[in-house]
Amino acid sequence: MKSDVILLGHGSGGKLSHDLLDNLIVPTLSGIGQRDQNDAAVLAAPNGRLAFTTDSYVVDPIFFAGGNIGDLAIHGTVNDLAMAGATPLAISVGLIIEEGLPVEDLRTILESMRDAAQQAEVKIVTGDTKVVPRGKADKLFINTSGIGVIEHDLQISGINAQVGDKILINGTIGDHGMAVLVSREGLELESNITTDSAPLSSMVAELVAKLGPQLHTLRDPTRGGVATTLKEIALQSQVEITLQETALPVDRSVAGACAILGLDPLFVANEGKLLAFVTPEVADQALRIMQSHKHGKQAAIIGEVTAIAAGKVRLQTSIGGLRAIEMLAGEQLPRIC
Amino acid sequence: MKHQNEYRDPELARLQLEAIRQTIDGYDGSMTFMEVCGTHTMAIYQHGVRALLPEQVRLISGPGCPVCVTPVGFVDQAVALARRADTIIATFGDMVRVPGSSSSLLEEQARGASIKIVYSPLDAVALAEKHPDRDVVFLGVGFETTAPTVAGAILTAARKKLDNFFVLCSHKTMPGPMAALAGDPELQVDGYLCPAHVSAIIGANAYQSLVDAYQVPCVVTGFEPLDVLQGVLMLAKQTVAGEAHVETQYRRVVKAEGNLKAQQLLAQVFEPGDARWRGIGDIPNSGLRIRAEFSHFDAATQLHVEVEPPVEHKGCLCGEILKGKVRPNDCPLFRTVCTPEDPVGACMVSSEGTCAAEYKYGT
Repeated sequence: MKSDVILLGHGSGGKLSHDLLDNLIVPTLSGIGQRDQNDAAVLAAPNGRLAFTTDSYVVDPIFFAGGNIGDLAIHGTVNDLAMAGATPLAISVGLIIEEGLPVEDLRTILESMRDAAQQAEVKIVTGDTKVVPRGKADKLFINTSGIGVIEHDLQISGINAQVGDKILINGTIGDHGMAVLVSREGLELESNITTDSAPLSSMVAELVAKLGPQLHTLRDPTRGGVATTLKEIALQSQVEITLQETALPVDRSVAGACAILGLDPLFVANEGKLLAFVTPEVADQALRIMQSHKHGKQAAIIGEVTAIAAGKVRLQTSIGGLRAIEMLAGEQLPRIC
Repeated sequence: MKHQNEYRDPELARLQLEAIRQTIDGYDGSMTFMEVCGTHTMAIYQHGVRALLPEQVRLISGPGCPVCVTPVGFVDQAVALARRADTIIATFGDMVRVPGSSSSLLEEQARGASIKIVYSPLDAVALAEKHPDRDVVFLGVGFETTAPTVAGAILTAARKKLDNFFVLCSHKTMPGPMAALAGDPELQVDGYLCPAHVSAIIGANAYQSLVDAYQVPCVVTGFEPLDVLQGVLMLAKQTVAGEAHVETQYRRVVKAEGNLKAQQLLAQVFEPGDARWRGIGDIPNSGLRIRAEFSHFDAATQLHVEVEPPVEHKGCLCGEILKGKVRPNDCPLFRTVCTPEDPVGACMVSSEGTCAAEYKYGT
């Protein structure tokens, strides 16, 4: 790599492109020096059903406390596969780079992607790189698609929440959204908040293996936060969900930052969290499984499915009041007085 | 956050509610208290306070959401300025989505205008320094809590001798509209939960003239659920006793005389002026005008733009909602035409607006 910033030519398909692929992208992501020159990755067909998902990442800033757009893009797709009860097998990576991105930034991000994929035991098998003129994209956008295999016949789905189910979460809520927000230029808020971005496939594998059909629904509460995700599930399953405010795990710094900015952690994005709906008989067992996993130390039972109803979510507040919870509307905005 | 949890204690909340019930026991009739500030409204919804209170005690939301009471003409003026060449509009986030007569700042941004969301007026001053070839216009919206920071920004810009920093000023003050509402024969307000942080600046004494003129109890109340319950209890006690005084529940922050330094800052840069309140109308001396000495920072007089005639949206009951006369569910547009994604009125836009709170938290 001669240039220390990405040039338009790096996306031309010509010599500079080859230089970028052969000297930076492929060796970093695959750990293999020589790339296979074919147009498609060829994978062995596994036994079982396949899960397939895609997601694009446009986070701003691309580096934030505790992570960057690269590991986020791997974790996000790994987790989407995991929420279908699938074991992630292979991931594709599409990079859209704004001209002028420092090569060192790209290297750091690619290394994070490699490490995240290794941790999640998934292979990056194919990819694509484009460079667009300055101002036509914001530094770096990443698309990842993933294939996973479902080796069991459970129907884990948003339509399966049932009356009596206990709802668990594997830790504190709102960490990712606040980590990104406080990393943004212009918000001089000192904090120790870091993203919760993490792969959840091994936790899901354990829940699936040990709980079997007692595990009804899994969903990762990303954009829109826990509130929006639960509302989606309540609508899909046509049930009423009741949450206990005092049971919601919220990091003190996140609660503080939310209070200052007028945000509600229930609506703030997570990237390393899952919501699990399980029968009441196995709720404690599910809690123990989560708490013994490194990404679930602060897991908690936060509510239950209380009735058959047309998609309602209610929160029992700490002072004993009840309030309805709706989906996030628009963007959460800071207060002005 | 220890502080926050202390003011959300379930057992203390139960005791407060019990005390409210005992106080009104045997009282003939109902009592209607207005929570003046948008932050109160949010807290009341967020913690489900209304449903916990006895039926006799009714809380109505007042005009204390600065975005909501900003007239549509101000938004139109901001939109016109946004369309001006080489202009950057710097604003707090809530204003961006407020619909004007035919556009909003968000729409102008999509069409190419330069709109920057800032968290402090000083960020707008920094923008002006960074872009000497462009005019930076900060939208001055807010009550006495926000206005001193804008005064500070103007003084900073003056010290730095910036000639490209401007403020489009729509600052408003309390308790003018509270007096207007207390004198409204269509509205029965038996007591005010006075704003917490505005009162930290203007002081609890600022409400004495209101109490003297209208015999309406005023309790300066904090924003945590236990604060609100205690504020309601204090208002209920005054109501039952047939008395009217200024009391301060939020004693941990608010002093009788307020924050003298902030008041001084306000007086240095601004002078009282008449102001138009959305839904309420013109109230004498309820706004802040930039003093002549600082008029070169006043966007309204320095930057000339053609502003379209203001058109209020038909059927929008924001005005009545701001006066506490109707609730969001009474508005035919609520939840149907008017939603947070596509708001018609400002009460749905601001995170502290009554309609936004009802939409988000209402049962």
